[in-house]
Amino acid sequence: MKVLTANRLTDGIAVWYADGGWAETIGNADLAHDKAAEDRLEAIGAAAYANNEVVDVNLIDVTVADGVVEAVRLREKIRAAGPTIRGDLGKQAHPEAIRA
Amino acid sequence: MYRYDEFDQDFVQARVAEFSDQVQRRLAGEITEDQFRPLRLMNGVYLQLHAYMLRIAVPYGTLNSQQLRMLGHIARKYDKGYGHFTTRQNIQFNWPALSDIPAILADLASVEMHAIQTSGNCIRNVTADHFAGAAADEVADPRPYAEILRQWSSVHPEFSFLPRKFKIAVTGAERDRAAIQTHDIGLHLKKNEAGELGFAVYVGGGQGRTPMVAKRIRDFLPEADLLSYCTAILRVYNLYGRRDNKYKARIKILVHETGVEEITRQIEAEWQELKDAELKLPEADIRAIDAYFAPPQLTARPEGDAAVKLARLDSKSFSEWLDQNVVTHRHPDYAAVTISLKGIGEVPGDASDSQMEAVADIAEKYAFDELRVSHEQNLILPHVARADLKAVYDALVDIGLATANSNLISDIISCPGLDYCALATARSIPVAQEISQRFASLERQREIGELKLKISGCINACGHHHVGHIGILGVEKKGAELYQVTLGGSADENTSVGEIIGRGFSSEEITDAIEQIVETYLGLRLDPSERFIDAYRRVGPAPFKEALYAGETKAA
Repeated sequence: MKVLTANRLTDGIAVWYADGGWAETIGNADLAHDKAAEDRLEAIGAAAYANNEVVDVNLIDVTVADGVVEAVRLREKIRAAGPTIRGDLGKQAHPEAIRA
Repeated sequence: MYRYDEFDQDFVQARVAEFSDQVQRRLAGEITEDQFRPLRLMNGVYLQLHAYMLRIAVPYGTLNSQQLRMLGHIARKYDKGYGHFTTRQNIQFNWPALSDIPAILADLASVEMHAIQTSGNCIRNVTADHFAGAAADEVADPRPYAEILRQWSSVHPEFSFLPRKFKIAVTGAERDRAAIQTHDIGLHLKKNEAGELGFAVYVGGGQGRTPMVAKRIRDFLPEADLLSYCTAILRVYNLYGRRDNKYKARIKILVHETGVEEITRQIEAEWQELKDAELKLPEADIRAIDAYFAPPQLTARPEGDAAVKLARLDSKSFSEWLDQNVVTHRHPDYAAVTISLKGIGEVPGDASDSQMEAVADIAEKYAFDELRVSHEQNLILPHVARADLKAVYDALVDIGLATANSNLISDIISCPGLDYCALATARSIPVAQEISQRFASLERQREIGELKLKISGCINACGHHHVGHIGILGVEKKGAELYQVTLGGSADENTSVGEIIGRGFSSEEITDAIEQIVETYLGLRLDPSERFIDAYRRVGPAPFKEALYAGETKAA
């Protein structure tokens, strides 16, 4: 399974494609279960990049636990949460937003 | 310290205006990311995991109070209340919005600072001994030469698109505190038998995936020839350095593949063409730059001895800090102070906005308004009257920056690692924090003695692990973090690259492994005066391998 992620152009904040837009948390990101869905996400990413909404666009591996999307690689887990050494920074600083 | 002249100020203002316009056009969608990326990198703007990162140049690590206060202001207003001092004597902010960067650069320009050439394949910030101008063992202050190199290399048209980045370091003392042999060019300022100033020139040092110790290609280069000789080196590199493979593009590879003798011949031949032309530094120009670095008026403060003696009796913690973080100054009534940014369990090199402001106040009140950033990620007050040391210490205690661990095992160099960096393959800060906590006892640290521990979160080696007495390199293996240990590295006048000791350790094992190494050293050293690095050079890796892996071999 994969989701589409990028960084927002204006402030560089990590975002994930969810429900027709770019969300600041990974939890509800649109899932690609097959190649066709991956291609669709990739096309959305390419369009958003071309449209100067986001930069550094990537498809990343995820799993779903209790209905919440979680990144597989440590690098992506850290992007999705924030620095592991500063719980007060990044997405993890607002756990209610992650669950939402 | 150096003050911008009219040209410098106009140049920096023009760059702020130019880059502000580029940012506005990027945000308006008028230029693409592919077009913008090289422009933002020329101005120190990277994209990291969580956000953009802005790297600001601190030329040869020298700051005044007003500048440090401005860095605190930027941390508070545009970032998340802290900054990270780096191994290249710069500072990085981890969370700036692209849309705020024009305003940040305008604020920086108002205090004679910028982010130019802190990225890209150009000549980067020239670094220097952090005790320059204060050290008792110095022949002369290396910073005027670093400043001359800065002026020469800033937007140098011939050297703005080199095969790869290029780093120069300068020291003015026999004891090398600037790690010059790990740089593309290392310059050792010295005097010849006639008492004239000049440089021993080293070329081709570097870390990264192929660590190399620089080779000395000239024992004495007269100071007037500094720019012509550096130009000759850069020209040979620019012409022959590899552009086909990013990993083989640094000058260290060219020196290695060409051979020292042949590359020296090429450089000397190029230099013959240049040496008597317009790059020859006029004596008057050197002395004019020198004048900017004239030391502060250090008036006699003979009461310092008695004051320090008394304060020592009064406070054990002050006494320990004095022993560890205060070094001899060329003026007997003064001292140079290391402000440790390595509090036990803290993030190496990080300082909060209010700490930066408080340190600026201390420097203004007690240290002639002068500060340094060390490549070991600490701050330095280069000139403090011994009579004021207790007051400085008390002020540092108030802001949590009085940890007495300079040069001890918890004075760890660490890159940002996977907690921030887009290139990293493993985290480095949490490893530094855990080791620091394991060795929290100052008594134990002092018993161990000088020990340089350096951690990088990827093979690019920003955390200088190759030249740590103990080096740790974090990599990703089968989806998990794995930490490889090297021993015997050193970044001083006897530079050496550490040797990999054996298989790597998981994040759960690494601190135990480090403790095992330290205990092994304590068990085999001849006496407490034999430092870890000296003991390692005497006995080699065998006892450490035995301590770390013997059980495994037997079990197998």
